[in-house]
Amino acid sequence: MSIFIQSIVNGLNQGAIYALIALGYTMVYGILRMINFAHGDFIMVGAYTMFYTAPLMVSYGMPPWLAVFLAVVVCAAVGVLVERIAYKPVRNSGPMSALITALAMSLFLENLAMVLFGGNPKTVVKIFDLPMIELFGAKLQMKYLLTLGIGLGIMVALTLFVRMTKLGKAMRAVPQDRQAATIVGINVNRIITITFAIGSGLAAVAAMMYTSTYPRCTTDMGSMMGIKAFIAAVLGGIGIIPGAMLGGIIVGLIEILVKVYVAPGWYEAITYGILIVVLLIKPSGILGKNTGEKV
Amino acid sequence: MRMPKKIKRNYILNFVGTVLLFLCLFLVFEANVFGSRTEYFKGIATTACYTIIMVASLNLLVGIMGEFSLGHAGFMSVGAYASAIFTNALAEKSVPSFVLFLLALIVGGLAAAATGVLVGIPTLKLRGDYLAIVTVAFAEIIRVAFTNFQITGGGRVMAGIEKLSNFYWVFWVMVACVTVMYLFIRSRFGRTVRAIREDYIAAEASGVNVTFYKVVTFTVSAFFAGIAGAIYAHYMTAMIPTSFNFMYSAEFLTEVIIGGTGSMTGSVIGAAFLSALPEAMRTFAKYRMLGYSVVLVLIMIFRPGGVFGTWEFSLGRVIDRITGKSKEGRSQS
Amino acid sequence: MKRGQETVLKASHLGISFGGLKAVDDFNLEIGESELVGLIGPNGAGKTTVFNLLTGVYQPTEGAFYLCGEKMNGKKPHQVVAAGVARTFQNIRLFKKLTVLENVEVAMNRAAKYSPLAAIFRTPRYWVEEKEMASRAMELLTIVHLENKASYIAENLPYGEQRRLEIARALATGMKLLLLDEPAAGMNPTETAQLLDIINDIRDRFQISVLLIEHDMSLVMKICERIQVIDYGVTIANGTPEEIANNPKVIEAYLGKDDEEEAV
Repeated sequence: MSIFIQSIVNGLNQGAIYALIALGYTMVYGILRMINFAHGDFIMVGAYTMFYTAPLMVSYGMPPWLAVFLAVVVCAAVGVLVERIAYKPVRNSGPMSALITALAMSLFLENLAMVLFGGNPKTVVKIFDLPMIELFGAKLQMKYLLTLGIGLGIMVALTLFVRMTKLGKAMRAVPQDRQAATIVGINVNRIITITFAIGSGLAAVAAMMYTSTYPRCTTDMGSMMGIKAFIAAVLGGIGIIPGAMLGGIIVGLIEILVKVYVAPGWYEAITYGILIVVLLIKPSGILGKNTGEKV
Repeated sequence: MRMPKKIKRNYILNFVGTVLLFLCLFLVFEANVFGSRTEYFKGIATTACYTIIMVASLNLLVGIMGEFSLGHAGFMSVGAYASAIFTNALAEKSVPSFVLFLLALIVGGLAAAATGVLVGIPTLKLRGDYLAIVTVAFAEIIRVAFTNFQITGGGRVMAGIEKLSNFYWVFWVMVACVTVMYLFIRSRFGRTVRAIREDYIAAEASGVNVTFYKVVTFTVSAFFAGIAGAIYAHYMTAMIPTSFNFMYSAEFLTEVIIGGTGSMTGSVIGAAFLSALPEAMRTFAKYRMLGYSVVLVLIMIFRPGGVFGTWEFSLGRVIDRITGKSKEGRSQS
Repeated sequence: MKRGQETVLKASHLGISFGGLKAVDDFNLEIGESELVGLIGPNGAGKTTVFNLLTGVYQPTEGAFYLCGEKMNGKKPHQVVAAGVARTFQNIRLFKKLTVLENVEVAMNRAAKYSPLAAIFRTPRYWVEEKEMASRAMELLTIVHLENKASYIAENLPYGEQRRLEIARALATGMKLLLLDEPAAGMNPTETAQLLDIINDIRDRFQISVLLIEHDMSLVMKICERIQVIDYGVTIANGTPEEIANNPKVIEAYLGKDDEEEAV
C-alpha cells in the first residue's frame, strides 16, 4: 500500500514538473499557434543557469532558490533573442518553416551548450532545504508540494492575467486574427515578444523545480522533456492553460504508475502511446473544443 | 510506342555518367591512392551512400508529398535490426555473400515498409505540427521496443553482424534506389502526390484517393529507409537502439532541407557532402551540429527551398548547352 | 426537367446541421441530362454547403442524393468523383506549383492504368498512356483557351485564366455533373462573356449537366434553364429565370436583408 501511495506522490511531483513545462508550451502555442520545439531547451538553459548561479547565491549567504530570478531573466532574454533572430523572419512563411526553424533553434541551443559547458553532466546544488514527512507509510518531500503549489499558482496567475488585463486580452486577440489585431491598434510584434518572454521565463521556474528533484543537468535534457511536456499540453488541450496543468499531472501519474506496476522498461512508450491515441481520437485534448476546417 | 529518342539519349547519358563515376572511384580505391587509409575512405563513401538513400527517401515525404517526418531513423532501425536478425539466422548456411546481402536489403526494406503501413494509416490523418510530433512518438516507441526485446540486444549493443556492405555493391544499390525514386516522382504517381502537397482538398475533388496515396508514399519512403538501415547494420556490424534517436532523424531532416526539398539532386549532393563533412571536420566535430543548425536557420530565412530548390541536374541539358543545341521548354523524361 | 431524359442528379430532403445550426434544410432538386440549373441566394445562404454535400465533403445529416439512380450518401469525395460529379471552388484551389498541363493531368489519374512498376521500368505502356493523357489534357485546355500556357506554372496565371484552368481540371475527371461555384467571380464583362461561351461549348460537346452557383445575375439569367433560390439554407423559389426575376420572396431575400459574409 505504501508503494502505491509513494507512486502517487512521485507521480504527482513528476506531473507537476511536466505541468510547469507544459504551461510555457501551451501559452506560446495559444498565442502564436506554433509549437516551439526549442521550449524544452529553454529549460536546459534555465537549469545550467541555476547550476552557475545557485552556488553564487549561497556564497553571498542567500538562499539558493533566489537564483531562479536570475534564471528567469536569462531564459526570458534567450527566448526573446531566439524569437527575434530566428522566428520572426519566418513568421509568415507557413507552418512548416516555423517548425523547422524551431527545430533548428533547439539543435542550436543544445549544441551551443555542448560547446560551452562540455558533455559531462553537471550537478546543481541543493536548492531547497525542506523537510520530508511520512504520509501513510510513504515519504513525502515538502518540495513536491511546493512544485505543485507553484504550478497551480502560475496557472491561476496566467489565467487571470490573460482574462482580466488589457495586455492579456490583446494576447488573446492575436491568434484569432492577426491582421484584425493590427488594425485595432495592437502592436503584434510587442505581444509576441512579451509572450515569448513570459513563456521562456516560466521555463526557468520549471527548471528550478526540475533540478530540485533531479539535480543532474545534461545538454540533451531539454528535448525529451520538451516532447513529454508537449504531450501533456496536448492531452490537456493545447493552448488552454488549465489543460497544461491537467495534462501534466495525468502524464506524470501514468508514467510513474506504469513504471512501478506494469513494465519498467516500457513506461516511455506508454507516454508516447498516449499522445498518439489522443491525437487520433480527440486532438483538441481533454479540455479542448473541436474546430473543423473550411472548404 | 517506344520512348522518345531524346529521352532515351538522356537515360543512356545518365547511365554512362554513373558508370564513369563508379569507375573513377573504383580506380582510386584499387590503386591505393589513399594508401593505408583506403578502407577508411571507403567507409566514408559507404556512409555517404546510405545517408543519400535516407535523405532521398525522406525528401520523397517532405519535399514531394509535403508532410513531415521526424521519425525516419525509426524506419532505418527497423530495417537494420530485421536484416541483422535475418543474416544471423542464416549464418551457418553457406549462402553466397552477394545473395545474402541482397536478401538482407529486401528483408530490411520490407520490414520497414510494413512498419510504414502500420504507422502511416493512423498518422496520416493528422497534419503539420501534429504529424511531426506523432512521427517522433512512433520512432521513440520503436526504440523502446528494441531496447526491451532480447533478440535485438536487450538494450545493449547488438554485435557480430556480418560485414556484407562492400562499397562497390552499396554504390549500385544507392544508384538503384535513387533512380527508382526519381522515376516514381516523374510519373503520374509523383504528379498526384505533388498535387496532394499543393492542395489535398482540390486533389480529393479531382478524384484522388488522398489517404491511399499518402500511405503508399509513406510506405515507399519507409521501404528505402529500411534498405539504408540494412546497409548500415552490415557496415557497422554492431549497433544499439539509442543510435536511432530523435537527433539522428533531425539530422536527416536538416539535410533534406539544406539540400533542397523536392530535389533529388539536392538530396544526393547534400547528403554526400554533409556525410563526408564530419570526417573532414574531425577536429571541429563538436561544432558540426552547431554549424548545421545555423545553416538551417539561414536557409529557412533566406532560401527556404534549400540550396538546390526543386532543380534537378540533367546531364542531357549540360550536353545540349555544350553542343549548342537549343532546348525547348521543359523536358519530359 | 426535359421529358424522356435520364435524371442525373436527384437530391431528396437533403440537409445538414452543424451543432444546432441547420445550414441546409430540406433541399430538393432534380437535374436531367444536359440541363443547366442555377443555384442562387444571398451570401451565407448555404449554396457552397450544398456543393460540399453533393461532393462528399460533408455528410448529410438528413435526406439523400442520387447520381443516375445510385445513392451517394456516405461516399468519400474521391468516390463521388468516380461516380461522376466534379466541381470548381469559390476560392480557387489550383495545384499552384504544378504546371497548367499537370493540373489537368492530375484529374485524369484515375483513368490511367499503368502500374508503379511500369513507371519505374518506363515500359511502352507508360509512354503510351502519358502521351494520351497529355494530348487529352491539351484538348481540354484548348476548350478553355489555355493551350498556349500549358507549361506555365499555375500560380503565375492571371486570375481569370486560373478560373478557366479549374474548369478544365474538373472536366478532366470525366464527370456527368459539373458543379461550378461562382466561376465568374472577379471577372470583367469580357471575361464573363468568354466564360459563357465556354460553358455553352462544354454542354454541346460533352452533354453534361451543370449546376451553377453565381452572383452575376446577367450570366445566370442568360444561361440557366432553371434556377433554384435558397436563403438561410431553405429553398424559397424554383423556376425559370423569368419566374424567379418576378418572385417577391426572391426580391425580398436579396434586397430586404443585410449581406452577411459567407465564411466558406
